[in-house]
Amino acid sequence: MRTYKETFAQLNHPALIPFFVIGDPDFDTSLEIVKAAIDGGADILELGIAFSDPIADGPTIQKADIRALNAGITVEKAKDFIAKVKAYKDIPIGLLMYYNLIFQYGAEKFFADFAKAGTNSVLIADLSIDDVDEIYTPARKAGLDTVFMVTPNTETERAKKIAEKCTGFIYTVSLLGVTGGRDTLSDMIKPLISKLKSITDVPVCVGFGVSKPEHAVELAKAGADGVIIGSRIVKIIEDNLNNKVLIAKEVTKFIKEFKTALS
Amino acid sequence: MKNSGRFGQFGGFYVPEVLIPALEEMENAFYKFYKDEKFTSELDVLYKDYAGRPTPLYYATRFSELVGFKVYIKREDLLHGGAHKVNNCLGQGLLAKYMGKTKLIAETGAGQHGLATSMIGALFGMQTKIFMGAIDVDRQSVNVHKMRLCGAEVISVKGGTETLKDAINEALRYWTANVADTFYLFGTACGPHPYPVIVKHFQSCIGIEARRQCLEKIGKLPDIVTACVGGGSNAIGIFSAFVQDKNVKLVGVEPAGKGIETGKHAAPLNAGKVGILHGTKMYLMQNKEGQILDTESISAGLDYPGVGPEHCYLKDINRAQYVAVKDEDVLNIFDIFTKCEGILPALESSHSLAWVYSQKGKLPVDTTVVVNLSGRGDKDVDIVERNSK
Repeated sequence: MRTYKETFAQLNHPALIPFFVIGDPDFDTSLEIVKAAIDGGADILELGIAFSDPIADGPTIQKADIRALNAGITVEKAKDFIAKVKAYKDIPIGLLMYYNLIFQYGAEKFFADFAKAGTNSVLIADLSIDDVDEIYTPARKAGLDTVFMVTPNTETERAKKIAEKCTGFIYTVSLLGVTGGRDTLSDMIKPLISKLKSITDVPVCVGFGVSKPEHAVELAKAGADGVIIGSRIVKIIEDNLNNKVLIAKEVTKFIKEFKTALS
Repeated sequence: MKNSGRFGQFGGFYVPEVLIPALEEMENAFYKFYKDEKFTSELDVLYKDYAGRPTPLYYATRFSELVGFKVYIKREDLLHGGAHKVNNCLGQGLLAKYMGKTKLIAETGAGQHGLATSMIGALFGMQTKIFMGAIDVDRQSVNVHKMRLCGAEVISVKGGTETLKDAINEALRYWTANVADTFYLFGTACGPHPYPVIVKHFQSCIGIEARRQCLEKIGKLPDIVTACVGGGSNAIGIFSAFVQDKNVKLVGVEPAGKGIETGKHAAPLNAGKVGILHGTKMYLMQNKEGQILDTESISAGLDYPGVGPEHCYLKDINRAQYVAVKDEDVLNIFDIFTKCEGILPALESSHSLAWVYSQKGKLPVDTTVVVNLSGRGDKDVDIVERNSK
């Protein structure tokens, strides 16, 4: 199974990491969309399992969660989804989700089952480094990499502690706020990338508000090892719900624009 | 963080990284000021002259005759704003002022906490935003109007179940983007650490007064102390003073809505499973996978799928008992109690009165029960009217 390490080592540009909610707008369409993102040149996938109360997400991803839940997504089905993506292409997959779903499944079993399905890492939006002990050992035991978030208001000492616990990459939040498309990049992100680069060798991937190819180029120049595009790409689904066939095409096109800009 | 914020396995601070510095700042400020002489004397004056503390402990003569044992009412309904919420809002509002914050945000269900926050926002000259589920905005329109009169902006939260849970989601999202100058004045003894500790502290005046008043008036401690439990702030406020008194039975009353067996309720201590939501580990209404379930209660203030972590702990160690009563019993007691005593109890507080009424004829005549009447029912007159037809 392809690792983050191999992926980052082989790329000569920042990794292109689109985010999708699994099963949005329905299981089959969602699978086609993710395949289209792979075809467009995604280097890593960030996938979410829908939760009823996503407190770290803005309106676009909230709506995607609701679409996926209404279409019947479950944790079990999400596991099958990952296996199907892996069967299409061996691409690293990071999960991004909320803690209660893992807690109810049982952390140890969750990590083991999802590692087996082809997951590389699980980032829990509402579990901070302070509670790392609840998940670190079972995740590592299952063979998963670990990923935690650093935000612009994280103090340096704390950022060091977080970096020490990240074996995959550091999910670097570009701004203070929830997920969502933004016209311009926050001015907090460049200093944050520099700070992280000065304290760790773990790859720094930037998400939240990354919406345009220009943003990705700016982040590449600032030293980012990966760019995560979430809400802006999920919005393509929202905007084309009446024409599901078009979504996959639009997603491929959108990813290619980023790829071209970064290459 | 200085403390883990745990009550046994419950509590903690399960929040996105971006909120950690804000919670740390709040914890630091709380421990710096809560015993500070200037802070406490300023708060004491506000409790007395602004809120109207101490509140009386009233012997409900006719209601006692009706149920066949002695019922004392802790009159939090007489406070400014009409509920116990002002205790916490004055405490946290003053903390915000000492921290140099200029903006307040809060969530609200019944509107009592939103109203109390709006009052305190006006009092301290702070810009105030209140997040409220669209359904609650509709069913508690009088309080919405009062909040706006105090100068607060009321944000009607659409999407989700459009009740308290969604108001909290949205307030947390807003806070995430505005952590630097905004103080999130959380309304109940729930949510991430340090809120359960802070809210309990500022509500503990209820129990401290009630315990002293019992000793003065009755000459002994009561046999039972009861309060309604949504998030659990009024209950923990009165329970906290009696927790060490092993002979005092503590009874928390949850909303059974249409009935526990129907699934249409908001009683996680009676029918929930341990889970994580809004930053804390607690009993939670959820499906098998961990998706949060819709709740139902006639009282907006109790309509929440979780419950404060300390109540979860008190339940597990068998120090407090948690029961549930249905909407129909709540409406019934609202009418009975009002006709008996000429006091309109809030639908929230009516839950504990309904439990007391259910004990009619079952307890010895010399039993003394203290009911925390956490709020007044003026806001509920329309709902009661609509449901009695």
